Amino acid sequence: MSGLILDHLTIHLGDAPLVSLTATVAPGEVLTVMGPSGSGKSTLLAAITGTLAPAFRCTGRIALNGRDLTGLPPQGRRVGILFQDDLLFPHLSVGGNLGFGLPSGARDRKAAIDAALAEIGLEGFADRDPATLSGGQKARVALMRMLLSEPQALLLDEPFSRLDAALRDQMRDMVFSRARARGLPVLMVTHDAEDARAAGGALVTLP
Amino acid sequence: MRLAPLLTLLFLAGPVLAGLAGVVAPALGYFPAIGANDWGLGAFRALFDWPGISTAIRLSVTTGLAATAIALAVTVLILAAWSGTRTFRWIERALSPLLSVPHAAAAFGIAFLIAPSGWIVRAISPWLTGWTRPPDLLILQDPLGIAMVLGLVAKEVPFLLLMALAALPQCQPSRSLTVAQSMGYGRVTGWLKAVLPRLYPLIRLPVYAVLAYSMSVVDVAIILGPNTPPPLSVQVVRWMSQPDLTLRLTAAAGALLQTGLVVGALITWRLAEMALARAGRRWATGGARSNGDPALRVLAMALAALSAAAIFAGLAGLGLWSITSVWRFPQALPDALTLSHWARHGPMVLPTLADTVLIAASATLAALVLVIACLETEIRLRLRLEGRALWLLYLPLIIPQIAFLPGLQTLALNWGADMGRVAVTLVHLVFVLPYVMLSLADPYHGWDARQATVAAALGASPRRIFWRLRLSMLLAPALTAAAVGFAVSVGQYLPTLLIGGGRVQTLTTEAVALAAGGDRRVIGIYALAQTGVVVLGFAAAIGLPRLVWANRRGLRGAA
Repeated sequence: MSGLILDHLTIHLGDAPLVSLTATVAPGEVLTVMGPSGSGKSTLLAAITGTLAPAFRCTGRIALNGRDLTGLPPQGRRVGILFQDDLLFPHLSVGGNLGFGLPSGARDRKAAIDAALAEIGLEGFADRDPATLSGGQKARVALMRMLLSEPQALLLDEPFSRLDAALRDQMRDMVFSRARARGLPVLMVTHDAEDARAAGGALVTLP
Repeated sequence: MRLAPLLTLLFLAGPVLAGLAGVVAPALGYFPAIGANDWGLGAFRALFDWPGISTAIRLSVTTGLAATAIALAVTVLILAAWSGTRTFRWIERALSPLLSVPHAAAAFGIAFLIAPSGWIVRAISPWLTGWTRPPDLLILQDPLGIAMVLGLVAKEVPFLLLMALAALPQCQPSRSLTVAQSMGYGRVTGWLKAVLPRLYPLIRLPVYAVLAYSMSVVDVAIILGPNTPPPLSVQVVRWMSQPDLTLRLTAAAGALLQTGLVVGALITWRLAEMALARAGRRWATGGARSNGDPALRVLAMALAALSAAAIFAGLAGLGLWSITSVWRFPQALPDALTLSHWARHGPMVLPTLADTVLIAASATLAALVLVIACLETEIRLRLRLEGRALWLLYLPLIIPQIAFLPGLQTLALNWGADMGRVAVTLVHLVFVLPYVMLSLADPYHGWDARQATVAAALGASPRRIFWRLRLSMLLAPALTAAAVGFAVSVGQYLPTLLIGGGRVQTLTTEAVALAAGGDRRVIGIYALAQTGVVVLGFAAAIGLPRLVWANRRGLRGAA
């Protein structure tokens, strides 16, 4: 069965359950998770990427396109994530950051990186220092870096909250249209109701 | 108070620069105190005529570079494989106490373990090896300096690890790793590609300090290194301690050569850094995902365990030897134990112990006052110590001790200065100051300045804010910094030997002097006393805040 499936996924801190969710996100669809801070939104994403801090324990099942992710190491899950900070690597150029995402088997890496830059309207930016980019440009590079790594699902951790209001619409549109075009199930956590409206999918509110 | 930064600078750089200058004149033949007035290159000719010179140079360079490269590689591997995990907290707990073990004691412990008649051979003989007497193998003091490199690595890994841990939060390690892992990178590969390039520039100075130290170390080299010929630094000390004073000229030339070697090695290291950084960027942007990560994680764990085990087992061996009455060769444990060595040598250890503590406590107290005055001035005048000041702080750690201490001794001889405990304490201060500053600066700057704003709004004077708020709240980090400074002073060998002129003895100089004799029982007593003093210092630094702030959970310092 395709898509991202969370089956009675429950995260415990010590013995107390912190967050519990059962949901199915079909390819190209967006599930928005909202909730007050401290409700375990980011912890939920960490459970799906497999990077849960040692203090937490997770039960239930996570499946992606028919693969059981539970127990897989983070690098084996093929789940991409975007944070509100771009987290571009400052020691690599813009092109270098994209190269980090592009799998090593890819033929003609330079052409692939140039094409990716063109797709986000940043032609000729390959040799630029990421520190010289504007916030919106950085966010686009971070998105493209993640997409180049060919994930099978996309997690968004309040990805638009650091952007100016004008850029926010543009970026939302870019992220959601890319995810739809690639048929990626998307799980977004946010506390901005506007994000949820723009995503247009199902909405879950954590207590 | 405003003079504090200047005074600190004077205590840091003054002796180093004076010592460097003081070594140049004798190296060029000018040393009026012993009647040498002819400028010339005779001292260098004598230096290069010494038959062991090429081996001594080679040993200094190879052991220094190898120890630094291996220690850095092990540190990086441990961090790449385990940092941020639950396991890592155990590694940290096992390795950080090693930092407090003095170099000489650690070296003795390792020597007692790996010697042909050491604990390891005893444990596997005769059932595995068939040996009924110590094998005739050159394991210790081997001509390539392998034992010395191992000893240095075991001691420098905890130091580099601690320095790296302090810098790591600036590199967004956990989220960078999450990003890399979500793109399919394994832990180790992802960390090396995404975090290390940002971490390395932050620990560059400590790495240089390790390189300069490893190339020119004397006490560890005497205990574990080859001695015919020894590394250059050891030979310089031998020339310095000969009754024939004209050899001081050769020693000065040797000290200058040692400085040149260290500078050359630092430049080589820097060039290698740049080449590796370029290769690393290509590797990182190439997109290759995994390179044997699980095996590397196991290897990192094994190396961390080996470092910790070598030193802990070494200390246990020292303790066992100090209470051994008879321990025949292939036996894994002593045949009989006794406390008579402690009873016999204890009274002789005590005066040395008292001197050691007196010198270390004085140097630490002076350093603490200077450092706190500097930090407070910096804050009140809204100054900020930036890159260049940090280099100055590292100056005494990067310029090899053997390069400037002979010059300092020569100057003192020329001026007829008294070489007593005061002189030794002042020279210890040069090395204690940087460490106290490094350990206290971050907590001091990290203190929430809004507390001071609140107090000032309540009418408190700057003096009252300093004593009643800042210093009280920073009791735990200040005591930790003091314990670090105390440990640095107790561990000093060369400054005590050269500046004390043979009249000031500490546990370290006594223990190293016993190395040649090879009486394991007495060495055990001195090395344990040396370690014990330092450990007590750290215990006090951890314990006192818990007593003073027994009812204030937020002020008791790290658990």
